[in-house]
Amino acid sequence: MACFLVPMGEAIVTSVVQKVVENREKKVGGERTKKTGLSWSRRLSWLNKLLWGGTILLALEHVWHGEVVPWPPFLTAMKNPGDVAPMLHEIATVGVAMAITVTVVWAIMVMVAELKAKAVPEAKGNPVGGGG
Amino acid sequence: MWLIMTALAAVITTAIWYIKAPEDKYKLGLLSLIFWGATLMWFVDHVMAYLTEGGEFFEINLDATLLGFSVIILALLVWEIVLLVSDPKGVLKRIKR
Repeated sequence: MACFLVPMGEAIVTSVVQKVVENREKKVGGERTKKTGLSWSRRLSWLNKLLWGGTILLALEHVWHGEVVPWPPFLTAMKNPGDVAPMLHEIATVGVAMAITVTVVWAIMVMVAELKAKAVPEAKGNPVGGGG
Repeated sequence: MWLIMTALAAVITTAIWYIKAPEDKYKLGLLSLIFWGATLMWFVDHVMAYLTEGGEFFEINLDATLLGFSVIILALLVWEIVLLVSDPKGVLKRIKR
């Protein structure tokens, strides 16, 4: 119904965090983790791409199924008071599960990238491309 | 069906990204992360629906297939817009001159 709203909310927050971290890293002069060359802004950019990518494609699916419309109240479930509770339940269960899964997969991705980079001494500063 | 198609797109894009890595001039990393993000979210959605409502895990019909194609087209469109805006080959800059 509107499960993608949770990952979208997380994507908004992590995008802001990424911008703040990026600015801070620029001020410090490109602060990077000494061992891997992976900056936090780069790690967060992977998470943002996963979250925004999923959100955009899921939004299309919801439009396709008539669950989201381009006019207020935007969510068709909001028209019928009886559909609001199931919608909120879906957001709280499926939406939260989606956000947690994506975040956990991202955390594993970062850990693997760090371990791989540590395993290769003097890696060329680009352990995982991941779309920069 | 759209889950299978998006997962397939994610696997193919990741393979192409890896072949070209560490160079990522054309932002294939971005495209693969877009596909993987959607694949993960739909996988969770399918699992939760299967556990709570039962029925078939994959919806295989014409409508679901068309949705799969639409989703892939949208992802490619987003990627191409980002590519054109960043213009890694400098093609648009040369046109301006």
